[in-house]
Amino acid sequence: MTGDQPSKDGATGTAGQPEKRTGPEPRLVGTGIFSATVKDTIVTTVLAIILALLIGAVLIAISNSDVLDALGYFGVYPWDTFTRAGDAIWVSYTSLLKGSIGSLDAIQATLAKSAPLICAGLGVALAFKAGLFNIGAQGQIIAGALAAGYVGFTWTSLPIGLHLLVSVVAGVVAGGIYGGIAGVLKARTGAHEVITTIMLNHVAGFALAYALAREIYQVTGSDERVSPPVADSATYPSLLGVHSGVVVALLAAMLVWWILERSTLGFELKAVGANPDAAQTAGMNVAKVYTVAMLLAGAFAGLAATMQINGDQAQISDTLIGTIGFDAITVALLGRGSPLGTVLAGLLFGALQVGGVSMQASTASTPPELALVLQSLIVLFVAAPAVVRHLVRLRDEKQDSTFAAKGLSA
Amino acid sequence: MSISADSTELRTAPDAPRVRDRADLRRQVKLVVLFAIAAVILLLFALSIDEPTVRYSLSDVYDPSQNHDANGRAVVWVTFALAAAAMLGSLLNVIPKGWPTALVSVVVGLGFYVGLTFWYFADQPGDLASSFVVTNPLPQAVNYATPLVLGALAGVLCERAGVINIAIEAQLLAGAFFASVASSMAFSSAAGLLGGILAGVAFAALLGVFALKYQVNQVVLGVVLIALALGLTDFLLGQIPSSGENKDLNQLLSAPVTMEKVPLGALADIPILGSALFNQTVLVYIMYVSVILVWFLLYHTTWGLRVRAVGEHPKAADTVGIRVNRVRWSAVLLGGVFAGLGGVFFTVGSTGAFTNNASNGAGFMALAAVIMGRWHPVGATCAALFFGLMLTTQDQFGVMTKFPTELLGAAPYLATLIAVAGVIGRVRPPAADGEPYVKG
Repeated sequence: MTGDQPSKDGATGTAGQPEKRTGPEPRLVGTGIFSATVKDTIVTTVLAIILALLIGAVLIAISNSDVLDALGYFGVYPWDTFTRAGDAIWVSYTSLLKGSIGSLDAIQATLAKSAPLICAGLGVALAFKAGLFNIGAQGQIIAGALAAGYVGFTWTSLPIGLHLLVSVVAGVVAGGIYGGIAGVLKARTGAHEVITTIMLNHVAGFALAYALAREIYQVTGSDERVSPPVADSATYPSLLGVHSGVVVALLAAMLVWWILERSTLGFELKAVGANPDAAQTAGMNVAKVYTVAMLLAGAFAGLAATMQINGDQAQISDTLIGTIGFDAITVALLGRGSPLGTVLAGLLFGALQVGGVSMQASTASTPPELALVLQSLIVLFVAAPAVVRHLVRLRDEKQDSTFAAKGLSA
Repeated sequence: MSISADSTELRTAPDAPRVRDRADLRRQVKLVVLFAIAAVILLLFALSIDEPTVRYSLSDVYDPSQNHDANGRAVVWVTFALAAAAMLGSLLNVIPKGWPTALVSVVVGLGFYVGLTFWYFADQPGDLASSFVVTNPLPQAVNYATPLVLGALAGVLCERAGVINIAIEAQLLAGAFFASVASSMAFSSAAGLLGGILAGVAFAALLGVFALKYQVNQVVLGVVLIALALGLTDFLLGQIPSSGENKDLNQLLSAPVTMEKVPLGALADIPILGSALFNQTVLVYIMYVSVILVWFLLYHTTWGLRVRAVGEHPKAADTVGIRVNRVRWSAVLLGGVFAGLGGVFFTVGSTGAFTNNASNGAGFMALAAVIMGRWHPVGATCAALFFGLMLTTQDQFGVMTKFPTELLGAAPYLATLIAVAGVIGRVRPPAADGEPYVKG
C-alpha cells in the first residue's frame, strides 16, 4: 500500500480540464485518477451504465413474483416468462426514471439527495489527490452534523442570515477538525490513515449515540433519541423548491477545482500524491500537506452534513446521516477525483437512490436494494474500461489501464 | 535488533560521541509520554477507590462457588507501579529498542487493562456487590477475534502477493450469507463452512479477475466489491420469504444449524487458558490451524517465497522464471477460503440466520489488523486478538454504568488509535502492493 512512486499513467487530464491534454503531461497525479480523453470517458461511462442496467434487469426479473410463477410452467408456455420479465423490467426502470427526473418534485428530491453526496465526495476526492485514502467521511459528517445541529437548534436568538452562517461554519469547522485528527496523526506519527479514519468513524458513531442520549441533544421533556428540529433561521432558504444548499454544493465543487488547478496548495497536494519523496526533496513540507489535505477533506464532509442538517429543518437522529460517508467514496471514485466528475457522479447516485424508492412503490415492487447494486456495478465497470471494451467488442484504441495508479499510501 | 544494540553501545561507550538520531529521540519521548499517561490514570484510579473488594472468577461461566475476592486497590497500585517503572525505564533510556520495548509496551498495556477492570468493578453499591463479578474475558475474546483473524489472514496473503484487499468486508458478508443458506439447506453446520468458503472464493475470484486480468485500481475495486456485497446480500435476503409468507421456504433458506462448543478433552480443563482456547467451536479450531498454516506456507515453502517475491519485486521474480500473475491468483484465491470461513462466524458460527450487514465493519477491523500486524500472519493475529479483548471488555463493562455505555463502545476503537499512533507508528507495506504487473 505505498503511494511512494509516481503512477504509471501520469497525467492530469480530467473531465473538467480537457484543454490541458495537449502535449506530454507533467507526471502529477493523485491516486486513482483517470487519464483518458473526454470522449473516452463519456463512452466508457455510458457503456458502464448500460451494462449495469442489463445486469440489474436480470436481477429485477428473478426477484419478481409474477416471473417466478411463470417460470413454474416454463416448459408448457415459455412466452409468459419472457413477457412478464419484460413487463417487470420496463415498469421498474420507467418508475426509476420517473421517480428521479420525471417531474419537478422528483428533480427537487434528486438534487436534495445529491447535494451531501457531492460535498462529501469532493472531500474524499481531494484527499485522494494527496495520495490519502479517506475512509473517514462518515465520521467527519457526524462530527459536522453534531456541531451544525447544536448551533442550529439552540442559538435561536441570532438574526436570520447570521444563524445559518454560524451553523454552517460550525459544521464545516467540526468536520475539518475531525478529519484533521487523522491528518495530524499521519503527519506526526505515521499512523496509517486507513486505520485511523476507520477507527474515527466508529468513535464518531458512538459519540453520536452518546450525544443523543443527553438532554442537550433531546427535545425538552422527551426521552426520545432525536434532537429538536433546526430553527427556521438556520435553514438554507428555498430556491425554486429546493434548498439553496445545492447551490453551495456546486460552489464547493468550483472551489475544489480552483484549489486543485490554480493554487499552490493544489500543486503541492498533487505533487505529494504523485510522489511524496520527490515532493519532500523539492522542498515541500509533506507532513503539512497531509494535515491540510485531511483538514480540507473533513471540512467538505462537514459541509455535506450541513446539507442534511440545514437543508430542511432536520432533527438529528442516528439514521439521519445514513451511509452518505461511504457512498461518498464511490461517488469520488466514479467521478475520477475531478470536481466536475464528482458533481455528475453525485447527481447520478442521488437519482438512483431517489428512483430506487419509487421502484419499490411501482407495481413491479422491485426491492430498493437494487439501487445499491446498480451503483456498485456502474463504478465497477467504469473502473475497468478494459472489461467494457471486451464485452462490447470495442476496438482497443489505446491501452490505458484506468486507475492504474497505486492505491493506498503508507 | 543488532542496530539497536549498536546504538546503545555507542551511547554508553566512554570515548564514543553521544550521537542519537532524532527519530530515536522522538520514539523515546513518545514512549515516556504514553507510559506517563497510563501511570497518571492508574494513580487516579488507585486514589479514587473507597471500597476495594472486587469479586472475580477465573471461569467465564456463572458459578458463585468459583468466585474469589481480591483487593482492587492493591491490584491497581501494582499496575501503577508497572507503568511508573516503564516510564522511568524509558526516561533513562534503558529499555533496548525492538522486542524488549514491544514486550514492555504489551505488559504496561495489559497492566492498564487489569487496573482499569479492577477500578471499574470496585466501589460497588452494597446490595449489588455480589452480582458484579470480573469474569475471565479470554474465551469471549478468542471467539470475537475469530472472524477478524481469518479475514486478516486473507488480507495478509493477498497483500504479501502484491494485491491490495480492501474487500475483506465483502468476503466476510458473502461468506456469512451463503454459510447461512447452505447450512439451512443441508441441515448441517459443516455445509455452512463449505458455503462460506465458496462465497469467499467467489468474491476472491472477482477481485482476481478485475485486479489481475483487467488491472483495475485495487483500492477502487475493494470499495466497489464491498458495496456490491452489501447490495447483493441485502437484495437476496429480501428474496427469502418471511416465515409468515412461506414457512417451508423460509425454513429451507434461513434456519441454519449453528455450531456448538466442542471441548478438547483434558486441554479444556487447564485453568484460565483451557476454556479460552480449547472449549470453542470448530470454527475457532480451524482459525488456529489457519494461522499456523499461513505462517508455514509463507515462510517455509517455495510457494510462500514466491508469493513474497512477487509482492516485493514482481519484475525480479519474473526474471527468475516465476509466473507473477499465476502466483498472485493462487494467493488471492487461498485468501478467499480464509475470508469466507471468517464470514461463517457471523451466522453459522454464532447467532444463526443472516441479518442485513451482518459483519458490521469487521472486515475493516481485519484490514486494520493486517496493517497493525505489519503484514505478518502472527502479527495480524495478535492485533485481531487485541480487538477481540476490547470487544469483550465492552460487553463486560456494559453491565454496570460507571461509564456511559456509548463511550464504552468507542473504547476499542480509541484504544486502537492510541496503539497505532503511540506504539506502532509508521509501517512498511510490501513494495509492490497494489501494482498490477504487466509483462514486457
